[in-house]
Amino acid sequence: MGEHAGQHATHDAHDHLEDGIPHASAKEYLTGFVLSVVLTVIPFWLVMGKVIPSPTVTSLVILGFAAVQIVVHMFYFLHMNAKSEGGWNMLALIFTLVLVVIVLAGSLWVMYHLNTNMMPALHDMQNM
Amino acid sequence: MSEPIAMTREDGSPVFLDTKGDHHPQNGTLLGFWLYLLSDLMIFASLFATYGVLGRSYAAGPSGADLFDLKLIAANTAILLVSSITYGFAMIAMQNRNQRRVIGWLIATGLLGLGFIAIELYEFLHLIHLGAGPQRSAFLSAFFALVGTHGLHVLFGVIWLVVLCVQIDKHGLTRANTRRIACLSMFWHFLDVVWIGVFTFVYLMGVV
Repeated sequence: MGEHAGQHATHDAHDHLEDGIPHASAKEYLTGFVLSVVLTVIPFWLVMGKVIPSPTVTSLVILGFAAVQIVVHMFYFLHMNAKSEGGWNMLALIFTLVLVVIVLAGSLWVMYHLNTNMMPALHDMQNM
Repeated sequence: MSEPIAMTREDGSPVFLDTKGDHHPQNGTLLGFWLYLLSDLMIFASLFATYGVLGRSYAAGPSGADLFDLKLIAANTAILLVSSITYGFAMIAMQNRNQRRVIGWLIATGLLGLGFIAIELYEFLHLIHLGAGPQRSAFLSAFFALVGTHGLHVLFGVIWLVVLCVQIDKHGLTRANTRRIACLSMFWHFLDVVWIGVFTFVYLMGVV
């Protein structure tokens, strides 16, 4: 056991990043931070300043900014790439994203049709 | 991984093949923690779907445009974003083996987290005071469920930060502690990612 610990100590000395902890650099974090600030300020400005008259267009634009910012966070803060943990991180993420899309799109789709087809008031009015 | 790393010569003395220690099995904690975060993401996905379905069911009550104070939300977003970079500085200090700096940045992150929770609590109490509590309408039930779950995560993140600071102070930047710092880093940045969805989908799109 003592020999084992000694082996780890020498290993530690020339390599701080045990257990696959990704290497972080100040430049990376600052780039991610500046990008995030820009990608946060613009949607808030669009909504609070009522820059675009159409609410639908504004919604789509801020959703686009959110999507880009999520990618920025994943890349610069969570250090996601195709190689981390031998690719298993990315594979698990893609699998989960597929499930998330199914849950979100499926729920909205089904419940939207349920609402429009089963509103009693609507049928009553059509029968009149 | 059961290949022998040592053989024996004819005279009985050992021959070591793996002198660099490359064969010790990789620790799977970070991958496992990432899988936990993805399962947590599924919880948030279902809460987002619930909000997406019920978010316009006001039951003749107030809507998001009536209730949300975007200045407050902008302040909270800024706090969480700054706390992401302070945690990043803690990770860099950890690489440089600067224990005092790690604890300093972690405390800064924790204080920002507490600020976030305080503003969110103020917002919730204000809404309940206005009679816009979770029982008012389906919209408000879904809102409190989604935003409250995120806030609870931040609260547990702060508790974890405190425990971790005590452990680092007691045991130093040991291998176990650096692993824990890296896991909490993922947790903290993950909460920031979820918050991007919350402030866009709930607050901004609720007011627009």
